Amino acid sequence: MSIKGAAHIVGAYEHPGRHLPDLTVPQIHRDVAIGALADAGLSFSDVDAYYSAGDAPGFGALSMAEYLGLRDIEVDDTETGGSSYLVHVEHAARAIAAGHIQVALITLAGKPRTGGAGPGGSARFSEAPEASFENLFGLNIPAGYAMAARRHMHEFGTTSEDLAEIKVAASTHAQHNPNAFLKDVVTVEQVVESRTIADPLHLLDCCVITDGGGALVVTSPEVARDLGRSSATVLGSGTALQHPFGGIDLTGTGARVSGPKAFAEAGVTPADIDYASIYDSFTITVLQTIEDLGFCEKGEGGRFVRDGALQAPFGKLPFNTDGGGLCNNHPANRGGMTKVIEAVRQLRGEAHPEVQVPDCELAVAHGTGGSLASRMGSATLVLGRAS
Amino acid sequence: MSQLPTSNPVVSTENEPFWTAAADGRIHLPRCNDCGDVIWYPRDWCPSCGGDVTWEDVEPTGTVYSFSIVMKGQGRWRDAGPYVVAYVDLDAGPRMMTNIVDVDPSEIEIGMAVTAVFDPTEDGPSLIRFAPTGT
Repeated sequence: MSIKGAAHIVGAYEHPGRHLPDLTVPQIHRDVAIGALADAGLSFSDVDAYYSAGDAPGFGALSMAEYLGLRDIEVDDTETGGSSYLVHVEHAARAIAAGHIQVALITLAGKPRTGGAGPGGSARFSEAPEASFENLFGLNIPAGYAMAARRHMHEFGTTSEDLAEIKVAASTHAQHNPNAFLKDVVTVEQVVESRTIADPLHLLDCCVITDGGGALVVTSPEVARDLGRSSATVLGSGTALQHPFGGIDLTGTGARVSGPKAFAEAGVTPADIDYASIYDSFTITVLQTIEDLGFCEKGEGGRFVRDGALQAPFGKLPFNTDGGGLCNNHPANRGGMTKVIEAVRQLRGEAHPEVQVPDCELAVAHGTGGSLASRMGSATLVLGRAS
Repeated sequence: MSQLPTSNPVVSTENEPFWTAAADGRIHLPRCNDCGDVIWYPRDWCPSCGGDVTWEDVEPTGTVYSFSIVMKGQGRWRDAGPYVVAYVDLDAGPRMMTNIVDVDPSEIEIGMAVTAVFDPTEDGPSLIRFAPTGT
């Protein structure tokens, strides 16, 4: 069953805070839920389905539904790391298309800037079957992406300067976002001369660490029509898991599978896309995803991103106009939610005027959860401006 | 033997043959009785075809697939840097995560031939790390 046109994103809200030591994680979930429902013109009593992922404390959706006072709802705790919230949009669209629900609420919140437990909790990961074969070698998150970057450089001639172009574009956008964690425009030289974190990745190849959150409201077209608020139509969706069994390939992501699924369902091609929100945990994540979604050939990402290609509003592929995870926000160490939110802003014409893509009708939002260096959940949404 | 942290692995009834062999200086992996795949990470069945497995020693040699020089680690690894995390392609097939040791990190290259070294842990079996072959 196709979900093309079956659902609309009618509410999108990003918490303005980036350091929130005085709020609890449930409070942030609540505040972003209130924000997204208000944006849509709906209330908690309208919600008949709630979606959360590994950042939701306790029993996840079960605990949060009680805290939020949600009754008589369906829940879905699908957890694929930072891409979870795009998967939730797909699941909500399916449930709406099947007639099960009318109004879905999706929330994300976390406080890695303040500190404390990481997403998922430590016991959960220490009991994973792969734990003792990966966790004993000092692998941290940047090191995994650094291995992916080095292999990509080895096979395709990608350079640190190519990767830096991605950060430069993100920073060019972030200067216009008053809430962005990093607002200063940086140069290629500043990126490659920033201190090495995990060779070949530098500090400025890495996303920010921020507290915060975001929420989405997804409804049936009928509900959306009655709200009188502009919305984004879900035109296509694709998800994919990629993991090391059978031999990991560090030069490609699950977007190789999720992207074509989403474009096929929407009946469009990458060349039709006006704006792209692309998961940017690290610069290499963006470069590989651009290739894998089909915006250029495999291995050509380094050449593609040069000369301001990613810079809004007039680059050939304007991306992450809020500043993305590299500069604006990466709440709960999970960037998928904010990818969808900025795509909705673009389709509504509500991005900052300096970065608003003129006549933006078709957008893609892509999430990558887990790690390029091991197992990842990839999710691609094609969204359209609702007529 | 390297100077890197050596935390004890979590040995389970399922992966115990691997760790027992590692303590003895051998790389011991399951091979599927039906499709012949050598399986990584070690487990007691074949996820490709569902077959039973037989454990066997494989050559402790391989090549570097990719690596990173980590300047500063986390937790026990906070003061261990710079150190090298890598994927090594075993000649037997599997691509495994590991450390490259006993070499100046600036000399490591993708494709470099490496041989396993077995680092004793505090009170568990050895961790399998790799050094350039011939060192």
